[in-house]
Amino acid sequence: MPHILKSLALVAILGLAACSNADRFGDAGAGGNTPLGPGAGLGGAGDPASPAYFSQTVGDRVLFLVDQSTLTNEAQSILTQQAAWLNNNPAYTIAIEGHADERGTREYNVALSEQRANAVSTYLVSQGLLPSRITRVVGFGKERPLEICSEEACYAQNRRSVTVLNAGGV
Amino acid sequence: MTRLIARFLVALGLLAAALPALPALAQDNGPGPLRIEITEGVIEPLPIAVPDFIAEDGGAAAYASQIARLVAEDLTGTGLFREIPASAFISPVTSFASPVQYSDWKAINAQGLVTGSVSTASDGRLVVKFRLFDVFSEAPLGEGLQFVGTQESWRRMGHKVADVVYSRITGEGAYFDTRVVFVSETGPKNARSKRLAIMDYDGANVEYLTDAASIVLAPRFSPSGDRVLYTSYETGTPQVYVIDVNSVTRQTIATGGTGMSFSPRFSPNGQTVVFSQSSNGNTDIYALDLASGSTRRLTETPSIETAPSFSPDGNQIVFESDRSGTQQLYIMPASGGEARRISFGAGRYGTPVWSPRGDLIAFTKQNEGRFHIGVMRLDGSQERLLTASFLDESPTWSPNGRVIMFTRETQGADGAPSLYSVDISGRNLRRVPTETGASDPSWSPLLD
Repeated sequence: MPHILKSLALVAILGLAACSNADRFGDAGAGGNTPLGPGAGLGGAGDPASPAYFSQTVGDRVLFLVDQSTLTNEAQSILTQQAAWLNNNPAYTIAIEGHADERGTREYNVALSEQRANAVSTYLVSQGLLPSRITRVVGFGKERPLEICSEEACYAQNRRSVTVLNAGGV
Repeated sequence: MTRLIARFLVALGLLAAALPALPALAQDNGPGPLRIEITEGVIEPLPIAVPDFIAEDGGAAAYASQIARLVAEDLTGTGLFREIPASAFISPVTSFASPVQYSDWKAINAQGLVTGSVSTASDGRLVVKFRLFDVFSEAPLGEGLQFVGTQESWRRMGHKVADVVYSRITGEGAYFDTRVVFVSETGPKNARSKRLAIMDYDGANVEYLTDAASIVLAPRFSPSGDRVLYTSYETGTPQVYVIDVNSVTRQTIATGGTGMSFSPRFSPNGQTVVFSQSSNGNTDIYALDLASGSTRRLTETPSIETAPSFSPDGNQIVFESDRSGTQQLYIMPASGGEARRISFGAGRYGTPVWSPRGDLIAFTKQNEGRFHIGVMRLDGSQERLLTASFLDESPTWSPNGRVIMFTRETQGADGAPSLYSVDISGRNLRRVPTETGASDPSWSPLLD
């Protein structure tokens, strides 16, 4: 399950970032899911109703091609599962956060990442998710990269939309 | 709190200095008039001597040399002047009132000479006097001037002296007594802290306008230089704010709508704010009338329209759009309506900014993996790329339209942004010193 391993690695990175910036960004940031990391015990990744299961097994993010906001087949597959999970766990509301890689101008990337987040929002609704459960659709542009190298391997991970379960959703 | 103290700066005789006419030149029949024509050709920097100013009393001693050094730094920083070192001087200047020994300055090929004095008034303020001489014409260039200001504002007085010297010799407006608002950046790439900050154009006197709690983007000065528009993520969704740079009080700009708003910019009369608003995957440009609070939509396409910038007369707006499939530059009437595309070269074009003179558009260009700052005419002709690097973006114009400051970000995991300036001829690329990372500069108008 290489996808799961990747997700775990991302969670670990986010955890470090959150520690050094505890007061920044509140729960709106991509770091909002860090308390739900691996080995969370009760409600851990083994529990299909847990946020950890959502972020790790279902997959809380989809990736985009360069300068694109259309959903790839893989992205659609992940979002179909996200919608199913959310429909089975109706207590959660979500925020959808789009991002871009650093190879673009700042304002354009803000708009592009909003397009990406909106593409995810539209798809989830098409899969039966109530629009009222989406509390925020926002583009962060290139302001919050996950990966920091200046190579396509990193850019590909940064061109993403993350579905964040809102805290206090249970 | 120099920004407050600066309000008390009294510029005696400045009105006369600010006139573009060059009376001394008109009467100059000498062999080499002291004049730099700023053209696109190669420029041999004009040799100029700026001896330390004369300290007329003990209190002025701490400033006399510093002010002269600052004047020389401003002038040489343009790339148009070369300073002759004091070690070459034949006769030291020992008195501001003494006649200039032109032959001594001619002998070391000083074409321009700036002399000055600093004294302390009874209320503790500094009095800075200076004269500019055309050495080869053996005549003063313009009349002597004096500035009075607090000791803390000594740098501003130095910049004002340099502004007058620059204007008299080039015949153009200057840009030294100005400020730059920018985004100060610290921390690693994946956890960057961003704060609005303001500084003198040369990097001195940095003050912070916001804390690091939220992402802030792209501050833009008001036409009068007293307010700054910017975008903040403090509510979780990007919204436009305006901050008063003197009182550091800020308020939300009521842009209407529930989506993201960002990329704001003032109209030249300061009464309208144009900005982008995104909702449902569509970003368009809107205009907010500050007096009435009414918002008007200027573009209506399903593509991304952002980065609007007014023409100096306020009648037109240049912006970027990907309606053709990639980012390109367009110009439309300020009231909206049909837009004409102006960028047709290879690559993608963004962040257009109309020059203060009205004749050029500065932009960011992406092509073949490189980023450039460039300028083009209003019809897209005479495109000229001024820089090339891994990532250059966000140009801003000096108030005289001669220099562009921009963001340059370095490559890799340790990559960080800093500010650079470049002449619109492409010469004189310089890093603007900042103690932290810095991005998204906006250049103020000349201060009063």
